[in-house]
Amino acid sequence: MKTAVIVFPGSNCDQDMYYAIKDGLGEEVDYVWHAETSLDGYDAIMIPGGFSYGDYLRSGAIARFSGIMPAVIKAAKEGKPVLGVCNGFQILLEAGLLPGAMLKNQHLKFICETVNLQVKNNDTQFTKFYANDEIIRIPIAHGEGNYFCDDATLKELQDNNRIVFTYSGENPNGSKADIAGIINEAGNVLGMMPHPERAADALLGSDDGLRLFQSILNHWRESTHAAYTS
Amino acid sequence: MPLTHLEPSPEQIEQDKVYRTMGLTEEEYQKVKDLLGRKPNYTETGLFSVMWSEHCSYKTSKPVLKYFPTTGEHVLQGPGEGAGIVDIGDGQAVVFKIESHNHPSAIEPYQGAATGVGGIIRDVFSMGARPVALLDSLRFGDLDSSRVRYLFEEVVSGIAGYGNCIGIPTVGGELQFDPCYNGNPLVNAMCVGIMSHDDIQVGQARGIGNTVMYVGASTGRDGINGATFASEEISEKSDEKRSAVQVGDPFMEKLLVEACLELTKHDALVGIQDMGAAGLVSSASEMAAKAGVGIHMNLDLIPQRETEMTPYEMMLSESQERMLIVIKKGSEEEIKAIFARWGLHAVAVGEVIEQEVLRLEHKGKIVADVPSDSLASAPVRHMPSKVPATYLANQAAPAWKPEINNYAKTINKLLSQPTLASKEWVTRQYDYMVQTNTVVAPGSDAAVVRVRGTKKGLAMTTDCNAKYLALDPNVGGKIAVAEAARNIVCSGGLPLAITDCLNFGSPENPEVFWEIDESVKGMANACDVLKTPVISGNVSLYNETDRGAIDPTPVVGMVGLVEDLDHVMTASFKNEGDAVYVIGEAKPEFGGSALQILIDGEVSGKAPALDLEVEKSRQEKVLEAIKSGYLASAHDISEGGLAVAVAESVFGTELGCDLKFDTDPAVELFSETQSRYLVTVPEAKKKDFEALVNDAVFVGNVTRSETINLAFASSTVTLNRNELENEWRGALSCIMSAKN
Repeated sequence: MKTAVIVFPGSNCDQDMYYAIKDGLGEEVDYVWHAETSLDGYDAIMIPGGFSYGDYLRSGAIARFSGIMPAVIKAAKEGKPVLGVCNGFQILLEAGLLPGAMLKNQHLKFICETVNLQVKNNDTQFTKFYANDEIIRIPIAHGEGNYFCDDATLKELQDNNRIVFTYSGENPNGSKADIAGIINEAGNVLGMMPHPERAADALLGSDDGLRLFQSILNHWRESTHAAYTS
Repeated sequence: MPLTHLEPSPEQIEQDKVYRTMGLTEEEYQKVKDLLGRKPNYTETGLFSVMWSEHCSYKTSKPVLKYFPTTGEHVLQGPGEGAGIVDIGDGQAVVFKIESHNHPSAIEPYQGAATGVGGIIRDVFSMGARPVALLDSLRFGDLDSSRVRYLFEEVVSGIAGYGNCIGIPTVGGELQFDPCYNGNPLVNAMCVGIMSHDDIQVGQARGIGNTVMYVGASTGRDGINGATFASEEISEKSDEKRSAVQVGDPFMEKLLVEACLELTKHDALVGIQDMGAAGLVSSASEMAAKAGVGIHMNLDLIPQRETEMTPYEMMLSESQERMLIVIKKGSEEEIKAIFARWGLHAVAVGEVIEQEVLRLEHKGKIVADVPSDSLASAPVRHMPSKVPATYLANQAAPAWKPEINNYAKTINKLLSQPTLASKEWVTRQYDYMVQTNTVVAPGSDAAVVRVRGTKKGLAMTTDCNAKYLALDPNVGGKIAVAEAARNIVCSGGLPLAITDCLNFGSPENPEVFWEIDESVKGMANACDVLKTPVISGNVSLYNETDRGAIDPTPVVGMVGLVEDLDHVMTASFKNEGDAVYVIGEAKPEFGGSALQILIDGEVSGKAPALDLEVEKSRQEKVLEAIKSGYLASAHDISEGGLAVAVAESVFGTELGCDLKFDTDPAVELFSETQSRYLVTVPEAKKKDFEALVNDAVFVGNVTRSETINLAFASSTVTLNRNELENEWRGALSCIMSAKN
């Protein structure tokens, strides 16, 4: 599996994502500069965290107009896995690949800590290796992670099992329905505020995030194997 | 047009003593005239006033800084460049420095703190290193004051705003509260970087004819004369100097880091320096002076964000996120391309010339022409020194003895003092995990950051207990270094070197100068014995308000090498049944202790004694015990004594302990005798451990329980971990949320 990690000016978790895939997963990975226009040849697309364009105007609002975004949207339409973490999630919201918007944390402060997440849907290509309702330990680090959507959207997310992760216990940022991560209708675009790439090495406290990347790899292997044999 | 015609003439400057308002003394002005052989014009007077300020020149601290050992087996670069460099083996090196931003933070706390972080990061990457960690040593006044709470809250936000955005983890530091910092907080930021030996850069303008380029953000009118402002006492008038505070843009700096690290791989780069304090003038004159050359600069080419800027304003601006570089002539286009990719300016603004002068051209005229080394060599001031009467009185005072009726209550109260309480309210606002190398997060004795691709780690800490220095600056100075080293050792690291941030009051007060002199002597002595040379640092004087000087606060930033990440150790108890040992005997030493402050509200008497030979031998033994795998936890016994150390070791665990002592409870629990450790040892390793550390005293065992039992001959102190932990964890956030 060949993965692209998109680098915007101000991305700062690009290296963390890169190493999670290279060292944690042991798969091929490249940085792709925001000014590039094609993602052909990549099997998975990662939009890392950080402060793209300084988060000026609004988190993700400027990155959404960069040269690479049409290629990200194209990859999403082709069914390739697209994962947006933290600022990456905000960019996916701004790009309209996922519904809703991000508000400032309820207590208005940046928050960095390892939190408990509950896996709400393990029937996705990102979460196959988790059990439903399993509690996993994944770090968060954000100032604007208070997910918001209107009630109709929330109902749609709930009815279609598109809420993938929720905060378990104390909600750290005030997000609607404790939402920590959601998936698109087709099931190949996941946005989440917590950082699975920061939990891909037991030395640093938790490797619960590694299974997310392993799930993506497993799904890719199964689907390409199916393609070869069909 | 720029309002240069409104500037006073050289004659007016002399006649009206304009130089006085710019910060130059009579003698200094005379010296400038002698150096130039004429009267300086307005721009030139400005250049000298900032470059000869204490902040840039260290003119009063220089004679004292000579005490510091600055060389050592592993030191690759000592003081004098952007930051110091120490070898960590395998062709790699660690780069670090600490710097103060006290004065700006006192009047504009968010930007003051943010730009302090930005400045220290530039010092580190200008050496060619990738910044991998930040630490912040903070001191504020009494949290009962709403102004102090405002300063505290905004400083923390400013640090978080800058560090989080740029993507460098803030992994440690300190936080203390004392009324002596009311109105004059201390904001000291430290940055640590990792680099390959091959990439070491210097801030030198070598090679006649080479091109001087300006890179990064454009120049505005912010921060003009900031260095001079930082060399005066803070007063009610300080608010008028708000324009002397710079404004930071961490996004710009993130781009600058990436572009400059690309640049340092390029053969065309000759020299690079941050435009920090005193902006363009300091970077240009220092780069020229260090290389024994001159620089001719055309100010019309400087990227400006405001119109009609005068040469004075451009040269003295402290706009952030700017660097000056010297490159081989002819490679300008390649360099521009590197910066263009990151959307940044890179503009050729001058050239290296043979004549050793800084020559500035503006609108076709030469507006300044001064010897380059003259700016970098302010006349050294030798200040009078006087032993303070309070020191003599404290030395002569009878030993202080606490009267404690309820030990459990006292421990509880100690742990909810803001200085001793959990710092989570602060640290969770910092991204301490980005870069995914943080092996030990904030909260243990020292933070540990992995060196990616190796088995090694870097342990890092900042330390200074100013209360000991207030009683005895010499002993307190030694303790600051020793305690930093103890923290490194307890984390499994070998102390390598230090950086220091010397925060004091006005050196013009002979008693303050005596404190500076004695503190540095004490620190230097400890550095010699512990083999931790000083590789970089910063001096911040004039930390005074109308209520007087701060306690002497020379903050020590130390980095140690963890040879193998398997050696990483933390303070938390690990397993039920482990044996608990105390290394070092408690003596009735309470001067400057947290207990004394709790009971008396002030300190008195003698600071705890420190025997550096004992200190060194214990450190070696504890480190050997850790590397041999004998220990499950290690914690130094410092502020608050053993009681606080035990509590901190059970917090965040499911464990308690059963300990028994045949000593005096007040002394055993609260004394701050130095060179002591609390360690735990698995049953199977007890024999080996006791053979190695023969003066360790077995005091009991770790239990799987909520109870901390401390039994003495006369009484038993029983504490509930959960209750104690809730108090400790909630104290700061409770103060900050209740009173806002």
